Amino acid sequence: MYPVPFDYEVAESVDHAIELLGEHGEDAKLLAGGHSLIPLMRLRLAAPTVLIDLGRVEDMNYVRDEGDHLAIGALTRHRDVHHDPLVQEHCGILSYTAGLLGDPSVQHRGTLGGTLAHGDASGDMPSVVSALEGTIVVQGPDGERTIEALDFFQDYLMTALEPQEVITEIRVPKLGPNTGWAYKKFSRRSQDWAIVGVAAVVEKNNGSIDSARIGLTSMGSTPIRARAVEEALSGASADAVAEAANAADEGTEPASDGAASADFRRHLARVWTRRAVEEALAR
Amino acid sequence: MKRIHVKANGRDFEHEVEPRTLLVHYLRETLNLTGTMVGCNTSNCGACTILLDGESVKSCTMFAVQADGREITTVQGLAENGNWHPMQTAFHEQHGLQCGYCTPGMIMASISLLEENPDPSEEEIRDGLEGNYCRCTGYENIIKAVQQAAGQTS
Ligand SMILES: Cc1cc2nc3c(=O)[nH]c(=O)nc-3n(C[C@H](O)[C@H](O)[C@H](O)COP(=O)(O)OP(=O)(O)OC[C@H]3O[C@@H](n4cnc5c(N)ncnc54)[C@H](O)[C@@H]3O)c2cc1C
Ligand code: FES
Ligand code: FES
Repeated sequence: MYPVPFDYEVAESVDHAIELLGEHGEDAKLLAGGHSLIPLMRLRLAAPTVLIDLGRVEDMNYVRDEGDHLAIGALTRHRDVHHDPLVQEHCGILSYTAGLLGDPSVQHRGTLGGTLAHGDASGDMPSVVSALEGTIVVQGPDGERTIEALDFFQDYLMTALEPQEVITEIRVPKLGPNTGWAYKKFSRRSQDWAIVGVAAVVEKNNGSIDSARIGLTSMGSTPIRARAVEEALSGASADAVAEAANAADEGTEPASDGAASADFRRHLARVWTRRAVEEALAR
Repeated sequence: MKRIHVKANGRDFEHEVEPRTLLVHYLRETLNLTGTMVGCNTSNCGACTILLDGESVKSCTMFAVQADGREITTVQGLAENGNWHPMQTAFHEQHGLQCGYCTPGMIMASISLLEENPDPSEEEIRDGLEGNYCRCTGYENIIKAVQQAAGQTS
């Protein structure tokens, strides 16, 4: 089906995009890779009257080493995140997940900024960036501000972005040699969205665990941190993992839908949290 | 209407398009490049796969205006001087198709796959083609075709 007609504007810069957003008001939308927005527009679930194409803004596609973290331009495509040597070396979980989501053609268009701005709790990147405790840099009419991933995702497809704000950069920590990670995604067919996903980032200390951060995909209206598991694993030995993972669904509100019942999702969250932490410890 | 300029299969084109025109419809209906198929229109099947500046892209998930100034290759732009592209030959020789509906997209995705990874394992080929559905072949001969094009079979 054809989307509803709209006007198309090309943003020349971030400032220009902000200006255009101000000019066109609520019915305008930014377009990055289009791999969330265009499917919604084709189904007419979204019908913006103006699209502001960010895709031609230069300098928003980069990965930079900033000492203790990596700075990634919002327009960096999943495929570029996947192949980037800095991301591969310092933030393996992000490279791995960018190469896992969708398929190569999707990764050739979709962007890191776009998937976070879309804020889908069944998207893989929101829970991975939450487990990494990444930071989202946004620019608006009043200048720049930074938002912690934990504060960024607010409700179903709702983020902390104000109507005139643009994500410009994503910052993720560089993971040291004692940090293990894993992203485990359960889906029934290749290319599918996660029925449940678990991102684990584990600080290791001679075979035991200093601390762990666990992000859950598709377990509620936003990406969720499995706090009870994180607490149980803090300072724990590797033997404690199986028991701790049993609390993975505490405080979650998974949906029942055609893909899985809420109870099955809770079960999956427990099993895959155990597997994710075990894999992170082994890495 | 927006004026766009694209290079498709080596030729330059300039047209006025409605912004909501999907690239696949521009290719099929304006440029008459009907070798590129529409299978699902939900971004899943890959029948509409083309190369955009050399990389595989689902042309049903892009507006034609986004292709302004860029270079497109469709299955119809692969042959040179009447000689098939090695990937086309491989699909033919390995019988990597039955009804052929998925084939134009499958071939473009396979070319992009080898461009990124010239010597893929079988698993990497299967993963690399996960965005392209075939309802006929069961994929076995498609995998063999990609292996042949990669020079892995004699
Ligand atoms: C077939 C298919 C399979 C997929 N599978 C998966 C999967 O398994 N896992 C997964 O996580 N995702 C999956 N995706 C989604 C994919 O990750 C998208 O690329 C991503 O969700 C959106 O990024 P985009 O750049 O395409 O954003 P767009 O679609 O262009 O934009 C999405 C939203 O974000 C806003 N936006 C975009 N960029 C910015 C910015 N810089 N600042 C502020 N707002 C912005 C837009 O206005 C829009 O509301 C899939 C998509 C498809 C089509
Ligand atoms: S028609 Fe484009 S992916 Fe199916
Ligand atoms: S040959 Fe018929 S769909 Fe692939």
